Amino acid sequence: MKLLTLNFLTCAIKTCKSNPASFPLHPKDAELEQIEIDMNPIFIRNILPRLDWVALKTLSSELGLASLPEDVPTEEELMGEDGEATQTLKDLHVLLMETGIASGRLCCGACGHEYAVKEGIANFLLPSHLV
Amino acid sequence: MAKNEQDEALSRGEGYEEEHVHSVYEQIASHFSSTRYKPWPIIERFLKSLPAGSIGLDIGCGNGKYLAVNPDIFIVGSDRSHNLVKIASQHQPHAVAVADILDLPHQVHFFDFAISIAVVHHLSTPERRIEAVRSILQTLKPGGQALVYVWALEQESSRRGWSEKDDQDVMVPWVMKGSKKAKNDSNSETPSTDKTFHRYYHLYRKGEIEHDVEAAGGKVVEAGYEKDNWWAIAMRGET
Repeated sequence: MKLLTLNFLTCAIKTCKSNPASFPLHPKDAELEQIEIDMNPIFIRNILPRLDWVALKTLSSELGLASLPEDVPTEEELMGEDGEATQTLKDLHVLLMETGIASGRLCCGACGHEYAVKEGIANFLLPSHLV
Repeated sequence: MAKNEQDEALSRGEGYEEEHVHSVYEQIASHFSSTRYKPWPIIERFLKSLPAGSIGLDIGCGNGKYLAVNPDIFIVGSDRSHNLVKIASQHQPHAVAVADILDLPHQVHFFDFAISIAVVHHLSTPERRIEAVRSILQTLKPGGQALVYVWALEQESSRRGWSEKDDQDVMVPWVMKGSKKAKNDSNSETPSTDKTFHRYYHLYRKGEIEHDVEAAGGKVVEAGYEKDNWWAIAMRGET
C-alpha cells in the first residue's frame, strides 16, 4: 500500500472520526517495499495541495524515512522553468508513489485499534463487537 | 408473502449479507472479474469530468475497472472482498483497501467525489441501504458529488426480464462454468463441473434511489436510467 494512501485513511470506528487523534494512523512493525512506477510530475503537483503535509511528515518520521521540508514545496520547487522535475519532486514521487507498506499494522491514535496490512493490502473490516 | 419468504425477510441484515453476498463474491472473484472490464457510459462521463488532481473514493470497487478510467485523479478504492481487492490493486496510480461500506476508513467531509457502483443493492434491509448512502455522502467535502448506481427492477428487455410487478428482493444466480482441466489444478477456483452461486439483490424501483438519497440527508443533483440500472448523482444536504 503506497504511502500516499495513508493521507486518505483513518479509523473505521464511527466514534473515532470526530477525534483528531484518529488521523493519521500510525504504522507498527511496518515492512516497507519499493514498487517502481512511472513518474507523472503533473499528477504529483496536482495532488500536493490536497495532502495533509503535517500527517505526511509524521508518517515519514515514524517510518524512519528521510525528513521532509517544514512546509509544502511550492510549484517552483517542484518544477524548473523548463518544466523539468526537480529533485524535490522526484523524492516526493519515490516517497508517495513508490514506497509502500508491505506488511505490518496501522494503529488508531484515538482508540488503539490495529488494522493488519498483509501483502500490501490493509484490512479495515471490524470485529463484530466493534461494529 | 409465503411463510418461508417472511422468515427470509426477517433474517435479513449483516449475517444474511455475509452468507448471500460477501462469501459469494469471495468465491467467484476472479471469474466475476474476467467478465467486468467495460466501463458504463454514465460512470465514465462522471469520472472524466473531474478536474485533474481530484481525490475520491470508489466504494465497493470490485475488480477496480473504474480506477483505470481517469489517470489524472487519485482514487482510493475499497471492497468487502479481499480477493477482488487483490485484483483491483494492480491499477496504478490508485490505491485499494478491504473495508465495509457501513464502516469506511476515511475522513468525513473531505473527498472531492465518490462513486459506488452496483453496491448499495446488496444491502438487505431498507435501513441498511439508506445507511450505506449516508456513509457514502458523509465522505464528501461541501460541493463534492457522489455517483450511486443500482440494479433496476424495470428491465423487461434484459435477459432477466424483470418488470414492475416482480418481487424486489431476489437471489440472482451466478454460474461458474466447470472445466475438466480444473480437476487436476488444485490452485484454480474453477470447479470441474458447473457450479451455481446465488447473490442477494434488492432491485430498485423508479424513484427509489432518489428517495434513499433524501432519506440519507442528501440532495439529488441528477438522476436517470442506464441499461437496466438506476443512477443518481448526489451531494450532502445543507446540514
